[in-house]
Amino acid sequence: MSASAAHAPVPASPPAPPRLVSPLRGLFDVYVAEARIAIAEQIQYRAANYMYMLGMVAEPVIYLVVWSTVAAQQGGSVAGFTAGSFAAYYIVWTLVRNINIVFTPYGWENRIREGRLSAQLLHPLFPIVEDLGFFLGWKPVVVVLWLPIAAFLSLVFQPVFTVTPLGVVVFAFSLLGAYLIRSLNQSSLGLITFWTTRVGPIFQLYIAAELLLSGRLVPMALMPQWVQNVANFLPFQWTFGFPIEALVGNLSTEQLLGGLAMQLFWIVFGSILVRVVWHFAIRRYSAVAG
Amino acid sequence: MLRPLRLTWLFFRIGALNDLQYRANFWLQILQSAIQLGTGLAVLGLIFSQTPALNGWTQPELLAVMAVHILMGGVIGALIQPSMDRLRQDIREGTFDFVLTKPEDVQVVSSIREIRIWQAVDVVVGLVVLGFAVSQLERALGPLEALAFAIALVLGGLMIYSFWLIVTTVAFWIVRIDEIAELFQGLYQSGRWPVTIYPEWLRTSLTFLIPIAFAVTVPAQALTGRLTLDTLALAGGFAIVVLVLSRAFFRIGLRRYSGASS
Repeated sequence: MSASAAHAPVPASPPAPPRLVSPLRGLFDVYVAEARIAIAEQIQYRAANYMYMLGMVAEPVIYLVVWSTVAAQQGGSVAGFTAGSFAAYYIVWTLVRNINIVFTPYGWENRIREGRLSAQLLHPLFPIVEDLGFFLGWKPVVVVLWLPIAAFLSLVFQPVFTVTPLGVVVFAFSLLGAYLIRSLNQSSLGLITFWTTRVGPIFQLYIAAELLLSGRLVPMALMPQWVQNVANFLPFQWTFGFPIEALVGNLSTEQLLGGLAMQLFWIVFGSILVRVVWHFAIRRYSAVAG
Repeated sequence: MLRPLRLTWLFFRIGALNDLQYRANFWLQILQSAIQLGTGLAVLGLIFSQTPALNGWTQPELLAVMAVHILMGGVIGALIQPSMDRLRQDIREGTFDFVLTKPEDVQVVSSIREIRIWQAVDVVVGLVVLGFAVSQLERALGPLEALAFAIALVLGGLMIYSFWLIVTTVAFWIVRIDEIAELFQGLYQSGRWPVTIYPEWLRTSLTFLIPIAFAVTVPAQALTGRLTLDTLALAGGFAIVVLVLSRAFFRIGLRRYSGASS
């Protein structure tokens, strides 16, 4: 404390008026803040994150081995896929899957069952904004942890692929698109917990549909034609198959840009859906001493 | 020798009664098992639409592998994992004290305290699919093969239990290992296919590091006439080794435990 301040007490200044920022800028700040919290938090749990990722990598490695075996038996390729292109597909898969991790309906189930939503409702923010920001912030940590896994898988399984500059750009955007579509849809699904606290079976049905209709299990080209037709009316393939094939699938310019447009459509659709469901769902919420 | 068995039966009954209160969970489990089975069958169908046999395994044979996988998954989910989850949680929160004060073998009590009876639906589903798969096999199942299957299945279960115990014991040193469960679930999916299709390094890991090969592939080999006496003897020997090893490791871990006035 300086001498002058001790001798001449200054009158208490009125509290500074809240800094006014535009709503959009304010929202952006919230995303940045949530992302930074996520980064700080997830770096602490490196080992836990790694175990989680390794468990997840098992899934594509299994598919990869099974389909490489099939390809080898069929004289080297199945539906145009060789062991090398399967490897490329499933290694990119691991990145897409990691980007695709979003707040699950189970999270909503806990949040609502335990009444923790009450505190969040006091924030002058749509709760889904916080989830979007937090999980987005987690991604840089995930990508850093993913790099060694990708390097290892590439060494072992020898992927064969060609990329184009446009493909890389579209791939980058499509990752964000996939993240948003999956986040929005799973949030809508999670809101079902306002009606029932057992969202598990519904979620599992959804995941099973996603597994078969998204390119998560196998590239869509291996699916029977009727399955591909059904998939065209659903959002799933734009969250797995499209981003992967944008990078390593030799898509035409038309397919690349058309895919981004489809992603945009499903993002708008998902945003409207989650707003509408929220509108009806929140009326049902009550908590005891959350 | 009889006392741990009596204790197990007692805990099993308590756990079952406890779980049987929540009847809605039965239907949820049925639905969950149906989704899992449906997806599995779709994948098999997809593969056999492209190829007549996977690495020498025909469709009914692979169906048998899947059945054993579901069956063993049910055993793990109902009997092994619940107690291990509880053990991990108790070590972290200090409530493990309550187990230590009981005048029984700590490992036995820790391993049987919790069951999830509805998970056993998967055991039933696995048996039904297994029955169907066996009836589709070209060669009939002899009594000797059935016996070998049963032995291999029990040995596999014991090895998976030992693996879980070793991994959970790590909680005495590293507190946050909840993701172990996710890791195991992910790796366990590899058992849906005969481990012989995996590259050498992966096959070895899935046999000796995480005994999924012994738990699923070896019993399935017994059913499909692929099992040699050598493999079964190896399974028996390895089961004894990991049982002893896991018990020793658990005791070392136990010395590390200090409850903080729970």
